Amino acid sequence: MSETRAPGFSNVETTVLGADEIILNMGPQHPSTHGVLRVKLKLDGEKVVASECIIGYLHRGVEKIAEHRTYQQFAPYVDRMDYVAAVSNGLGYCEAVEKLMGVEAPLRARVIRTILTELQRIASHLLWLGTHALDIGALTPVFYCFREREEILKIFEKYCGARLTTHAFRIGGLQYEAYDGMEQDVRRFCDDFATKIDEYEQLLTENRIWVGRTKGVGILTAEDAIAIGATGPVIRASGVKWDIRKAMPYAAYDQYQFEIPTGKNGDTYDRYLVRMEEMRQSRLICLQAIENIPSGPIMARIGKVLKPPPGEVYHSIEAPKGELGYYIVSDGTVQPYRVRIRPPSFINLQAFDRMVRGHLVADVVAIIGTLDIVLGEVDR
Amino acid sequence: MANDPEEKQPPVPPAAEKPAAKTPSATPPAQAAGETPVKPAAPASPPAAAGPPKPAAPPKEAPPKPEPLDNELVKRYRARFGEAIREATLDRKQAILVVAREHLVEIAQYSSDDEQFNFLTDLTAVDWPKREKRFDVVLNLYSFPKNERLRLKVHAAEGEPVPSVAGVWASADWLEREAFDMFGIGFEGHPGLKRILLPDEWQGHPLRKDYDILTQDTAWVRENLGIESGQ
Repeated sequence: MSETRAPGFSNVETTVLGADEIILNMGPQHPSTHGVLRVKLKLDGEKVVASECIIGYLHRGVEKIAEHRTYQQFAPYVDRMDYVAAVSNGLGYCEAVEKLMGVEAPLRARVIRTILTELQRIASHLLWLGTHALDIGALTPVFYCFREREEILKIFEKYCGARLTTHAFRIGGLQYEAYDGMEQDVRRFCDDFATKIDEYEQLLTENRIWVGRTKGVGILTAEDAIAIGATGPVIRASGVKWDIRKAMPYAAYDQYQFEIPTGKNGDTYDRYLVRMEEMRQSRLICLQAIENIPSGPIMARIGKVLKPPPGEVYHSIEAPKGELGYYIVSDGTVQPYRVRIRPPSFINLQAFDRMVRGHLVADVVAIIGTLDIVLGEVDR
Repeated sequence: MANDPEEKQPPVPPAAEKPAAKTPSATPPAQAAGETPVKPAAPASPPAAAGPPKPAAPPKEAPPKPEPLDNELVKRYRARFGEAIREATLDRKQAILVVAREHLVEIAQYSSDDEQFNFLTDLTAVDWPKREKRFDVVLNLYSFPKNERLRLKVHAAEGEPVPSVAGVWASADWLEREAFDMFGIGFEGHPGLKRILLPDEWQGHPLRKDYDILTQDTAWVRENLGIESGQ
C-alpha cells in the first residue's frame, strides 16, 4: 500500500484500523434487547458474520419451583414468565392441569377466558408494536400503543384487581364472575380499537423509512421456520398457515369465526403485517364472544386438594408469542412431579442467528424486535 | 422445601407393566419372541412401587390413566423397528412411544420423513432417581400435514449418552443444551453441547431430583463470603 500513498503520508501508521473481524457485545444492558439478552456479534465492518445469543440472566428455576408447590400454588408463578401476556400463560397452565385431571371448565368460564386471553393478545402485540417501532426510530406509535393497552389493563384490573401478573384463572374455571359492565367495557374498547389500528397503519405501513428498515430484513423461509421450531406470528409470516386456536381448538375458540393471517416473504415487514392483522382478528373474536356469554357455573366440580391421577399430559395454546406448551407429569400427589414449559420465545430466538447473518448492526435491533421475545420466558 | 425423591413413586411403570404383558398377542409372533428381553430393559419399577398408586385409583370414577396403544401408527413403527419400540401407550388421548436409546436417531428420521412428524415441538427430560435408568428423555413431535402429536421417550441411565436428534430437527439444538444444563444428560453428536441457561462454571444440574439448592448455596457462601452459612 505504501507505494500508492500520497507523498508526505508515508510515515503515518496505517495498521491502527485493521480490517479484521471484530467481536461486538450487545447487551445484556442494551435498551433494544428488551430485557437482559446478550448477543455476541462477529462483525466484518458493519456486517454481521455470525452471532451467538447468551441467555439465562433471568433464570429463576420456574420448573424446579413447580416441583415444590401444589398445583394451585404454582399457578401465579407462570404469570411471571411472559409477564406481558400473563393471562395467556395462566390459561395454558390451567387447561393443562385440567386435562391432566380429566375435567373441563364450564362453558361460561371458557368464554370469559377466551375474551380475556384475546384482549391479552392485543395488549401484548401493542407492546410489541410500540417498542419495535421505537427501536427502529419511529417515536410516535409507542404513545398510542400504550394508550390503548392501558384500556385493556383497566379491564383486567376491574376483573381481577391486577394489571400485569393477573392470575386471572383458576384450575377448573374462574374464581371471579365477570364484573358488572364488563361487556360494555370490552365492546367500547373493541369499537374504538378498529380505527386505532388503522391509525397505526397510517403511521407505519407505507412509511418509507419503516418499509426501508423492515422489508427484506431478517428473512426466515418456511422450511427454516419449521426446522428451527418457530411458532406463532414468526412461522405464519413465513407462509405457514398454522394456529393452534384452529388446529387444536381449546377454550371456546371452536365457536368463533376468525382468519389466520399469513405472510409471504418471512421478513420483518411481513411479521409486522401479520401481527397487525392478528390484532384485528382478536378484536373480532372478542366482539363475537361478548355478544353471547352463556350463563351457568364458572367453576368445574373439583376438590380443594388436587391430586391428578398418575400420568402425563402435554397441552399447548397459541400464546401471543407462539406455541406455549405445558408438559406435566403427575405421580398422584398434590405436587406436580415435573412441569416442563415449552416457551415460544426461547425457541423462536433460536432462529435469530439464521435471520441476522449478512445484515447490518442496525438491523440486529429490528430483528430482535420482530421476534417479539420476552426474556422472562426465554430464561424462565 | 426439602428435596425428597424418596416419597415420590414413578407413576408410569406400574400401569405400563400390564400393557407390556398384553401387547405380544397383538403383535406378530416374530416380535412376540422379542418381547421377553424387552421387559427387563424397560425401566423395571421396584415391586414396592406398584403398591401405592393402586389403592388411589379405584375410588375415583374412571380417572384418566395410561392405556396400551395399538393403532395403525404403532403397527407401522413396530413393523419397521421391531423391538426397538419398547412400549406404546395412550395417556389422556396422547400417543407415547418408548423407544430404544440406540435407535433413536433412525426412529427420529423415520418419524420426520415417512410419518411426517416434521416439527419437534419440545424436547425435555424427567428424572426418576429410583429407577435403574433414571432419565426419561421426552420428545414431543407434531405433524403439520396430519395435525397430530406423538411423544417419543427414551430411557437413559446416569452417564449414558443419548443420541442427538439435532441432525433431524434443527430445533433440538438449544433444547438438548437445556436438557444437558438441567439434567446433565449427554447428547452424542450434538454440534456444541454446553450450558445454556446457567453460567458455565455452575456446579450440578438443578432439575435432578437429588439436587439440593441449600448445599450449593452454603458452598458458595463459604467460598465467596467466608462465613459458615448464609441461611
